[in-house]
Amino acid sequence: MDVYLPIANLSVNGLVIVALGGLTGILSGLFGVGGGFLTTPLLIFYGIPPTVAAASATTQVTGASVSGMLAHRRRNGVDEKIGLVMVAGGTIGALIGAVLFRFFQSLGQIDVMINVLYVVMLGTIGTLMGREALQTIGAVKAGEKPRAMTRRHHPLVAALPYRWRFYRSGLYISPIAPLLLGVVVGILTMLMGVGGGFILIPAMLYILGMSATVVVGTSLFQILFVTMVTTMTHALTTKAVDIVLAGLLLLGSAAGAQIGSRLALKAKPEILRLVLAAIVLAVALRMAFGLGFQPDEIYTVVSL
Amino acid sequence: MIRFFALFAIALMLTGARDPILVPEVSQHDIKVRQGFTGTELLLFGAILDPEGRAARKYDIVVVLKGPAEAIRVREKQKVAGIWINAESTAFQSAPSFFAVVSSKPISELVDEKTAAIYELGLDFVQFSPTGKIDPEEQARFSAGFNDMRKRAGLYKEDMSGVQISEQVLYQARISLPSNVQTGTYTAETFAITRGIVVASAVSEVEVRKVGFERLVEIFAQNWGLFYGLLAVALSVGMGWLAGRLFAMV
Repeated sequence: MDVYLPIANLSVNGLVIVALGGLTGILSGLFGVGGGFLTTPLLIFYGIPPTVAAASATTQVTGASVSGMLAHRRRNGVDEKIGLVMVAGGTIGALIGAVLFRFFQSLGQIDVMINVLYVVMLGTIGTLMGREALQTIGAVKAGEKPRAMTRRHHPLVAALPYRWRFYRSGLYISPIAPLLLGVVVGILTMLMGVGGGFILIPAMLYILGMSATVVVGTSLFQILFVTMVTTMTHALTTKAVDIVLAGLLLLGSAAGAQIGSRLALKAKPEILRLVLAAIVLAVALRMAFGLGFQPDEIYTVVSL
Repeated sequence: MIRFFALFAIALMLTGARDPILVPEVSQHDIKVRQGFTGTELLLFGAILDPEGRAARKYDIVVVLKGPAEAIRVREKQKVAGIWINAESTAFQSAPSFFAVVSSKPISELVDEKTAAIYELGLDFVQFSPTGKIDPEEQARFSAGFNDMRKRAGLYKEDMSGVQISEQVLYQARISLPSNVQTGTYTAETFAITRGIVVASAVSEVEVRKVGFERLVEIFAQNWGLFYGLLAVALSVGMGWLAGRLFAMV
């Protein structure tokens, strides 16, 4: 089924795009991540211009996170208060990201920058998550009880002034910490075309020390709003949002997200984390190969 | 002044009566890009008329189809401190977005390099009008790299046996346009060549444009960014919400 994409200016096989959306949808339902980190590179690999790929993937992530967030909200799995603080940070971050995007574009290094970010972020997160999952699996096999967490949140977070109470997360911390986290994720959303869930979830767990029951829901809440802001920023600045491409991706991912969230109920969480870590690391390695050994293209073209 | 040139032109035509006349035609003058567009094949055909009425001499035909030119910057990656980053770059004032050369014989057998360069007969002779760096060696490297990229994207191509000439009178050539062509005015130049000299040439135009929904989306995205963005957000939220409701019922 051939579909012509009016903004990307080319015709694609619609079924491939829907399937791609479905794949990321399943990931998003399973792990509470948007799946943008996989969509964007795969779209580029398929031949979609990079900016259009990043912008349209952001739009898709919005849709994927809506249904997940609503499901979590029904069972009180979203801390709106801390979520809104992070959204505020995310909005600031998206704007900073847009400025950085322009800056690296003018240097002519934006594609290199995006690749470096992918390798560093995905490599770090994938390694940490994989190691943690393996340790848990090892501990379960050895018959030990999972270790109780020795500290609630990072000492730096505890040192920040003006503490607020976030009841659902079970936290009494300064809002500056989630705000800063939001800013960082917002910047990455704008630059990499990802929702940032793969960074948010570990950061909320291990840096902020949020209660595990609200982590996935709140992460989806933040992703939902930040990707909305990012879509708007793209629509106003790069004009690279392809609504047909986003629609096709959404068809797949909306359904995929539901399938994924059902699968998530059946699977063991540490196995899920290990699988996600493996996928994240595979993407990071693929990007690292292009950066360190042989780029896909020696020449790149931008219109003046 | 204009009259003088007109007279001069007529005089030229009269004295140059020995040269043949090309009558080119294109199967489609107006290519509409709409939903389901997967590229198209253009048939470029025509006749070689010999004004002296006798059977035409032996001609070879070269057809060059050029897409709208754009100003671009080409960057080259180099390995710096272990990673590949963009290093050198050069700007091209007028890089055609599409370039296809079809001929009845390999170009090198038809004309010498100088003539080929003048008429842009061949991918090696596309004129990019580089600006900035002038070092010819570097320029050639960038042109070759860019050419290769466009070739792999199916936007630049050469077919040295793509023109069929029947009875030394009629010729036809086929050029396929992929779906990722730019919209705009394409020019098809046909050259008749004999004994290494271009003896006649003619130009016809092909318009590639988006129509209907595709045109609408493009205009909307370009001129109404705010509403377009809101629509995209509404679409994604709506579809996500709908999927959630539908699956909740199952």
